[in-house]
Amino acid sequence: MSNDLTERTVDEATPPSANHFVAPLEETPLLAIDVVKVADKPSNLWIDAWRDARRRPIFWISGFFIVLVCVVALFPGLFTNVAPNNDCQLINSNGGPTAGHILGFTKQGCDVYSRIINGTSTSLAVGIIVIVLTTVLGIVFGAFAGFYGGAVDGFLSRIGDIFFSIPYILAAVVIMSVLVNYRSVWTISLAIGIFAWPATARVLRAEILRVKNSDFVMASEALGVSSLRILMRHVLPNSIAPVIAITTISLAGAIVAEATLSFLGVGLGSSIMSWGNDINQAQKDLRTNPQTLIYPSLALSLTVFAFILMGEVIRDALDPKARALR
Amino acid sequence: MGGYILRRLLQAIPVFFGTTFLIYFMVFAMPGDPIIAMFGDKTPNPALVAQLRAQYHLDQPFIVQYFIYIGGIFRGDFGISYSGVPVGDILLRTFPVTLKLAVIALFFETVFGILVGLISGLRKGKLFDASSLVISLILISLPIFVIAFVGQYVFGVQLGWARTTVGPGAPVGDLILPALVLASISFAQIVRLTRSSVIETSSLDFVRTAYSKGLSRNRIVPVHILRNSLIPVVTYLATDFGVLLVGATVTEGIFNVPGVGNTLYQAIIRSEGPTVVSFVTVMVLLYLVVNLIVDLLYGLLDPRIRYVK
Repeated sequence: MSNDLTERTVDEATPPSANHFVAPLEETPLLAIDVVKVADKPSNLWIDAWRDARRRPIFWISGFFIVLVCVVALFPGLFTNVAPNNDCQLINSNGGPTAGHILGFTKQGCDVYSRIINGTSTSLAVGIIVIVLTTVLGIVFGAFAGFYGGAVDGFLSRIGDIFFSIPYILAAVVIMSVLVNYRSVWTISLAIGIFAWPATARVLRAEILRVKNSDFVMASEALGVSSLRILMRHVLPNSIAPVIAITTISLAGAIVAEATLSFLGVGLGSSIMSWGNDINQAQKDLRTNPQTLIYPSLALSLTVFAFILMGEVIRDALDPKARALR
Repeated sequence: MGGYILRRLLQAIPVFFGTTFLIYFMVFAMPGDPIIAMFGDKTPNPALVAQLRAQYHLDQPFIVQYFIYIGGIFRGDFGISYSGVPVGDILLRTFPVTLKLAVIALFFETVFGILVGLISGLRKGKLFDASSLVISLILISLPIFVIAFVGQYVFGVQLGWARTTVGPGAPVGDLILPALVLASISFAQIVRLTRSSVIETSSLDFVRTAYSKGLSRNRIVPVHILRNSLIPVVTYLATDFGVLLVGATVTEGIFNVPGVGNTLYQAIIRSEGPTVVSFVTVMVLLYLVVNLIVDLLYGLLDPRIRYVK
């Protein structure tokens, strides 16, 4: 934003000493001379954020893990060739690790490792569908409420308050208990997403309230640009950063929500492989066979941890104020 | 202040009707006939079905049913559980236990959370700060049931320091482990909030003034920095109540604490739809009331809030 100003201050061709007396360099530290490279590519928030993020080791570590999780979710066959459901033998029930089955067996005699690998796509799919849903709903409600203000804001914000007042896991518990016969990745994502969007809307609304008083918005108004066009072309692109900053963390939240619902037994049907379902199944054998509980929990926690770390890096990178806190 | 209270109360009315309507709508607009479902596989007697329909006002239009239900809530009638016991009675029996658990958890998370956050904020970038940051991130990443199982396995099964399930009457000693589990996630959030708030406050002019007046650090930290850093933490505690309610459902279920959360947990496991809905409604109403009270207190604590639309 401020780049336009700094670029024009001094031209490289005329050094300050040409017109005025300037103290010799030994007496003035170089800081005082502000020659700006006019030819340089202008930077913006996103380039700055990328520069900031790529310098942090956490970005690369969590990024690597997230890419790994995505690959596992897309191509489980690359990591295991043991069928997660079909090769189950009750003779192996709660058995320890053997050759080819490094993490042992579940109560039903299924391979724990294979079930974890094949359950990855469920968690990831729920996470992605939920953030698409919450981001779209959040942008629609937040943008119109913040930009138009007044009665529109009052109406949309009260709707948001209503959805915000029901903790989204509790709401999803109700929806999923009603939808006993329709439990799938889609319904659980809808159940979570429909009540999770007000957080996004609130963030965007606050940012739009800040941005819409900027000079460039006033300039567009003066030029006679229609209000919808100002919102879409000028205000929204300049207020979207905080929304992007929270999406990765919301994705982690959605994965936890799915696992919690499946753990409670109102999540996905038992035919769908999910870490939450496996943890639910394993909890009864905590004393005798803790590893069937520990490995899916570990997979779940590590994935969530990677997304939360990445979310932190993205938020820090997009928010100069957060950078100061580091 | 009077205007602020009035405005806040008026805002709460549409939210109250909206949330209850939404829950009611979710349940009754969904596929399936609750009366037919009561008979299971058997073919119901039409006369009995009609009688039950009238008894539960299911023959009335949807909106009338909703207002009959709201009227019940105002009279303290939250419906009847699956086993025929009024939900209100179950609440009276289980609520004190949950309250005890929540108070212990709140104590742990606020006292230790603010303490750790304050030290981290004052020693930004030092070892203590870095390690508390990592630990809080790990705690945020662990789903509450994972923390509960780890706690139960390590302290209950392996070390034998605590009982894995809570005994009858829920004595305070038994509740400490579940309360610690319940407190863990919010603890991490409070550490982070306090830390960033302390860092921000420390760089403000009035703190510099206090230092230049020659006040001792022992006075500046608690009086000038800490007190002014707590506003976001107080706000967080209101939203945190929702986390606490969900957390209580899982923790009470795992540790078998005879509280409100456990009743909901058992109802979910046994797929007792109507009981689930009644308890979720009660929890949401509780959440609304707590948020309203915190908002009012917040207006009292911070005069700036009252004037902001």
